[in-house]
Amino acid sequence: MGLEAKLKEEGFITTTIDALAAWSRESSVWPMPMGISCCAIEMMASGDPKYDIARFGSEVMRFTPRQCDLMIVAGTVTYKMAHVVKKIYDQMPDPKWVIAMGACTSSGGMYRSYNVVQGIDQFLPVDIYLAGCPPRPDNLLNALIQIQDKIGKTKARDFQDKKLPDLTVLQNN
Amino acid sequence: MNLKELIPQKLLENFPQAKFEFVEYRGDLSVKFDKEYVTRICRFFKEDPELDFRLCEDVTAVDWAKRKNRFTVVYHIFSLKHNFRLRLKADVDESECSIDTVSSVWKTADWHERETYDMFGINFNNHPDLRRMYMPEDFEYHPLRKDFPLMGIPGSLPLPKKD
Repeated sequence: MGLEAKLKEEGFITTTIDALAAWSRESSVWPMPMGISCCAIEMMASGDPKYDIARFGSEVMRFTPRQCDLMIVAGTVTYKMAHVVKKIYDQMPDPKWVIAMGACTSSGGMYRSYNVVQGIDQFLPVDIYLAGCPPRPDNLLNALIQIQDKIGKTKARDFQDKKLPDLTVLQNN
Repeated sequence: MNLKELIPQKLLENFPQAKFEFVEYRGDLSVKFDKEYVTRICRFFKEDPELDFRLCEDVTAVDWAKRKNRFTVVYHIFSLKHNFRLRLKADVDESECSIDTVSSVWKTADWHERETYDMFGINFNNHPDLRRMYMPEDFEYHPLRKDFPLMGIPGSLPLPKKD
């Protein structure tokens, strides 16, 4: 890596706290695997050696929301399950991001029906909508890279005294 | 003796007052009777040593929307001894909308009846625990009825608030 080479030559590097914090934050996104149905199988596949989500620093799927930055909602969200998803999302510490993985999660998909929420953006702030039924693991990795880009653009000091909806606006600019 | 001949014969012998309708369609026998007899007939099917229908595969209902007897409750039962599958039917009118439970005969009918209650609003008398199976407990409608809109009734299922 370039960093070691630079340290060998110069003995030091210069950077800003913002860049350093953003770099470390984007390189270790810890996902909350909210696997509700078949998309979860592809989410698991993205962790296997063939696709290897560890290349992007996200191999630590935490099964407690309190240690996560990114919620991957993978599967059909029914009205009954929506309350559970929201409860878990609320337990995640700020700042946090959401991937709506697959057609069902993004729009209800083929379940145009009374019991399925027609898109989780009705109750969660979604950062990435991921197409596919289910999306291939490469597609999930692509979404992760996009989330990393988004996190990287956020400056650490933006988070001071800000509430999450304000931050979302900042990030989207 | 062939079970398709034995069943009508036995039923007519044991329940002389009841009215039966026997229909054979694509090799499967259906028996239709009045709903008052449902528990007794089901117990007979299970406990008669020659029939031995030990397995209740499904309890569900059909909504005919505009017919005089709006609902038909359907039971699929299976005899492991004879490898024979039988369909039982009983009409239920909308005004009463109730039928006796068969969960005292087959334990597994408990949840099937709860599901039928949830989806069609048919009450099962003497059921030990008639609560909704799928929908939230405070939900007011029965989704598989023909007059329930496919996309549901707006506002009937609350979503969590978006911050």
